[in-house]
Amino acid sequence: MPSLKIQTAKPKTAGPEPALLERMLYYLKLTRECEHRIERVLYRQGKIVGGVYVGRGQEAIGVGSAIHLGPGDVVLPSHRDFSSFVIRGFTLREIFCNWLGRANGPSRGRENTTHIGSLERGVIPIISPLGDTLPVACGVAIAFRRRGAKNVALVHFGEGTTSRGDVHEAMNMAAVMKLAVIFICNNNAYAYSTATNKQYAVKDLADRAPGYGMPGVVVDGNDVLDVHQVVSEAIARARRGEGPSFIECKTFRMTGHSAHDAAEYVPESLKEEWARKDPIQRFEKLLLDRKLVSKAQISNMEKKIRQEIDDAVAFAEASPLPEGTTAVEGVYCGPNCWWERPV
Amino acid sequence: MPVLTHLEAIKQGIWEEMERDAAVFLIGEDIAEYGGAFKVTAGMLEKFGAERVIDTPISESAIVGAAVGSALMGLRPVVEMQFMDFIACGFDQIVNMAAKIHYRWGAKVPMVIRGPSGAGVHGGPYHSQSNEMWFVHTPGLKVVVPATAYDAKGLIKAAIRDDNPVIFYEHKFLYRRIKDEVPEEDYIVPIGKAAVRREGTDLAIITYGAMVWTALDAAAEMEKEGVSVEVVDLRSLLPYDEEAVLASVRKCSKVILLHEDTRIGGMAGELAAVISEKAFDDLDGPIVRVTAPDTPVPFSPPLEEYFLPNAEKVVNAARKLAAY
Repeated sequence: MPSLKIQTAKPKTAGPEPALLERMLYYLKLTRECEHRIERVLYRQGKIVGGVYVGRGQEAIGVGSAIHLGPGDVVLPSHRDFSSFVIRGFTLREIFCNWLGRANGPSRGRENTTHIGSLERGVIPIISPLGDTLPVACGVAIAFRRRGAKNVALVHFGEGTTSRGDVHEAMNMAAVMKLAVIFICNNNAYAYSTATNKQYAVKDLADRAPGYGMPGVVVDGNDVLDVHQVVSEAIARARRGEGPSFIECKTFRMTGHSAHDAAEYVPESLKEEWARKDPIQRFEKLLLDRKLVSKAQISNMEKKIRQEIDDAVAFAEASPLPEGTTAVEGVYCGPNCWWERPV
Repeated sequence: MPVLTHLEAIKQGIWEEMERDAAVFLIGEDIAEYGGAFKVTAGMLEKFGAERVIDTPISESAIVGAAVGSALMGLRPVVEMQFMDFIACGFDQIVNMAAKIHYRWGAKVPMVIRGPSGAGVHGGPYHSQSNEMWFVHTPGLKVVVPATAYDAKGLIKAAIRDDNPVIFYEHKFLYRRIKDEVPEEDYIVPIGKAAVRREGTDLAIITYGAMVWTALDAAAEMEKEGVSVEVVDLRSLLPYDEEAVLASVRKCSKVILLHEDTRIGGMAGELAAVISEKAFDDLDGPIVRVTAPDTPVPFSPPLEEYFLPNAEKVVNAARKLAAY
């Protein structure tokens, strides 16, 4: 029996249309700039409290995958997939209100970081015990099947998460039931401080996919077009009813595990190597080389992004903090539910 | 009125809810062709089809997680744990995922996790536990433990209709031993409401699950000795009916808190606290607990018998308290 594993090279198709390429560049830059503002400005100013986790260097994965989603599809992003939230329609105002613990943020101050969800937008948020969203993605796909819908669920997780049992259970269940789930591993080389040689003993995590009876693909996670192509194939397969796929995106966390972590355990040479593979610089250069965008366009794009973020941060800072007494509300869903009331 | 066993009542409740609402579906291990380890779901595959009666690999965490995902998408999953002991394998998905979603981001998670719990059938440490307090201590969940067949049907229907995750404990000792009249017409038993199973004036026993029957046996024994015992069946542990508990304490002034669960951190501790906070002046004696000891559930019959509370142990406690 032939191996189900597919090793991808460069995409062979013509690739996305120019307008989509420009959108992808916009989301890449927006993500980098928002997370810069969060991790390196607002956190350091003491305006964001608690844990701060960003996906610096991993932006191509979220952008190259969530950009495919249409109405009814669902994404379950990891904490390093900021772009999934904006692509699916969360506004920057909402996102910054949440980071600043504001009453009018999507979690009304109950949750930090990007633990925000919206069923209308098809976003189910991660929880901090990693791997829990993979079985949830299976349930989402069970519901798709009941509806007779050709929708897909994308679920993101890190390479460290693959060591957890929920990952095994979910992958097995998805393969057995042929569920429309795309498992996207953001292999960013470090799980907090733990390097991959302490995390797993296979060469590539995608090597495990055939063991579940699903295709496994290794892709350059810092090449947004490669990610886009591979996810596109997996989504098409899932929409045809052929079941799940496992995509391992090789990437690198270009910052600490969280804002307090200087990542001194990462060798400088590795940081430098991956800095040269920065997914945003690479994509920008490619578009400039192919004359698909001009430097002026990029400059305008960056200016627009800064303005959008300035607006969102100002809005969030001017927004009210929640009343402490509301902490006891909304534990249960019921009549006259607190969540139904306007803030 | 038809007389049904505890098990038949649960089955009938699920069956009726599946007929009433196409969003309701079943997911678990060996529940489809096989009909479940205790046959609660027997015949449902034939009636409702493979898309609504789903057999899974052995993967409690994925089963619960998948139930959460499908509930978020508008379905109403009813998960069978083959034994409630195995719910530990799905614990994280229950307490960290299902229980917190509504509080965190406002989405409703209408799902039920049901299965057999409790000892008395020589099941040993992994087929006998009463682990309901793991979940009573988790805000966002509801926890239900019926004692009668009538309640089992009414509560499973209420649980399926509830928009929150509900953990539904079925005592396996009661499955085929307890029968009572169960109406054919649609009804529910509201979650969070206790029932007084026997009126009394001298001493109240507050309990739930299989121990309701033990308490009733003890009450009958005490009546012969001239002590009038009230028996309160909590039916739901989260939320629990604080008013009903306090009312019986105020009426009887003496109270025994009885459960099959182990002692430390058991429901009796919570009830003792609330009684002491809110009805201290009404008490004419110490709050007494009759519970299992703090051990795993042993297998060998003499050990299991020692472990389990029974009518004799309750009567001994009641005599002492009545004389206080």
